Amino acid sequence: MDWSKTLVKEELDFEEQKAGRKLSYVAAIREALELALTGDERVFVMGQGVDDVAGMFGITLDLDKKYGRHRVFDTPLSENALTGVATGAALAGMRPVYMHNRPDFLLLAMDQIVNQASKWSYMFGGGIHVPIVIWAAVGRGWGGGAQHTQTLQGLFMHVPGLRLVMPSRPYDAKGLLITSIADNNPVIIIEHRWLFRQTGYVPEGLYSIPFGRGVVRRTGKDITIVAISYMVIEALSAAQELQEQGIEIEVIDPRTLKPLDEEIILSSVKKTGRLIVADTGWKTGGVGAEIVALVAEKGFDYLKAPVRRVASPDVPTPASYALEAKFYPGKADIISHCKQILGIV
Amino acid sequence: MLNYRINGIPKEVLRELYRMMLKIRKVELKIDELYHEDEMKTPVHLCIGQEAVAAGVCAHLNTDDYVFSNHRGHGHYIAKGGDVKTMIAELYNRETGCSKGRGGSMHLIDTSVGLLGTSSIVGGCIPIATGAALGSVLKKDNRVSVAFFGDAAVEEGVLYESINFAMLKKLPVVYVCENNFYSVFSHLSKRQSKDDIYRRFEGLSIPGYRVDGNNVIEVYRVAKKAIDNARGGGGPSFIECRTYRLRDHIGTGSGVEVGYRTQEEVDEWAAKCPVRNFERFLVKQNIMTASEIDEFAAAIDREIEEAFKFAQASPLPDGDKVIEYLYQ
Repeated sequence: MDWSKTLVKEELDFEEQKAGRKLSYVAAIREALELALTGDERVFVMGQGVDDVAGMFGITLDLDKKYGRHRVFDTPLSENALTGVATGAALAGMRPVYMHNRPDFLLLAMDQIVNQASKWSYMFGGGIHVPIVIWAAVGRGWGGGAQHTQTLQGLFMHVPGLRLVMPSRPYDAKGLLITSIADNNPVIIIEHRWLFRQTGYVPEGLYSIPFGRGVVRRTGKDITIVAISYMVIEALSAAQELQEQGIEIEVIDPRTLKPLDEEIILSSVKKTGRLIVADTGWKTGGVGAEIVALVAEKGFDYLKAPVRRVASPDVPTPASYALEAKFYPGKADIISHCKQILGIV
Repeated sequence: MLNYRINGIPKEVLRELYRMMLKIRKVELKIDELYHEDEMKTPVHLCIGQEAVAAGVCAHLNTDDYVFSNHRGHGHYIAKGGDVKTMIAELYNRETGCSKGRGGSMHLIDTSVGLLGTSSIVGGCIPIATGAALGSVLKKDNRVSVAFFGDAAVEEGVLYESINFAMLKKLPVVYVCENNFYSVFSHLSKRQSKDDIYRRFEGLSIPGYRVDGNNVIEVYRVAKKAIDNARGGGGPSFIECRTYRLRDHIGTGSGVEVGYRTQEEVDEWAAKCPVRNFERFLVKQNIMTASEIDEFAAAIDREIEEAFKFAQASPLPDGDKVIEYLYQ
């Protein structure tokens, strides 16, 4: 399949209120995989448990029966080698999608992701490319603890040569997965388990969402909140409550962090003069740091108040729910930051 | 003198094995000769002394078969049929280099002959070669993939992980370990509890072979078995080729001056030189005459001279294009 032709024509923008078919988040991702597997024989799906009875949260359930175990197959744990296997298959002309339950296990594959896959195009002067998709879903809650809940986007955002995708809506999860499979570069998709509860508008058929194009989830004149992944939900919830107090929040969902839609962030801050970045990750050296640095470099004159970051404290995720409640920032923290940035504490 | 069991191998193959080893040797010696000029600003890991492995293995590969290599990859690149001009241009940091000056000596590529990359992270290419073999199975194009790596790569977990997967899927991949006994300055005996690399993966039931890596005929015979088996659907094999680099880990010294090995040890291996021993054998057996050898050498010298001229006359990359080629 010539993805470039198929996709660009079908490019759609997000229309939240659009009436139409509703799908669950999981079904939206599954549909993207099915379309890719049906339309392009180079595509295959691998990962621990993708052909088992749970089917990766239901996303890959029974895809092995439909497409065969040669195209949808379980893998040994061996995350580092299997990432290299995906890279090698891509060099041989395939388009692998390598799925992981948890991003924590990607740390075992950092050699192949960072030293190898991300560098192959540049290091060999553009003479070769690595079309692989690495997908993982962040866990949260129920005592998942320090090694099953990590949000590692800050690490991946640091690495040249990777794409980094973090959707928040079923529409985006499907469209961006299709774009990722069609892309000729290594793409990391970090999903969030709590987003899987959603249902939303999802068009049928193939459509793409361009990398590096964010969306305004809610318009407002007082504060810009750039919210990542699940934090979009929390930010919108906070904005709703603040609306009742006469405070208008603009919520930006970048959808992809690498490339990042700088323009949508800068033009929003130009309007509001105030910036809060709400990320699911750690604070230090994280996505929030990068986005506020961007605004400091290119939009400093727009700012009426110091920038703020809503992020997890720099500690591993605790297991006890009493500590989890403090570890994970949410609506209340966002509201508190909004009031502080406006000086109405 | 090494013992060469050439029965059944056509003369043309013997001559070609020799020509390829000579070509690798001469390219490396030319780099060795000019490196002090400091015009090749790249860390070179010369494979002088190890030529028989690359030549003996690649002799069985088709142009579209895959090869992946490591930091000491000049020989593999040449043996797979890589363009010498663009390799030398890469060493001279030029835009005309095989990696457009973005790679250097440790990152050679020539996709037109199936050499899809070389990594300087020890063991880095092993799973990638395994994945290319998976790609070949899925595409049913009957290609074989070869991973060349050193003895230190055996210490990386990714080799175990890769062999397990290759055995599970019966992939057409051949793992070729060039055991030259040194990882930088550290001898094998300081790094591995046993000197039995070829048996290390018996638990995974992969066929394991040990050969004299300086004897091109022994390498050729074992590689044929492994590659034929892979192409026939029999799955992967592992070959330990025991050899020696006559130069230091990096650059043009012998390592003796550094003090981690002795002149006696280097001399002992120099006496087992894969190129000169085979050359003497071919002449003694009347397979090649001295004048034919001179013709080979002269033709190779011409090619090398052209390659260096091409490289030296080529433009450097444009500094303003430093971010080019990151994404496609």
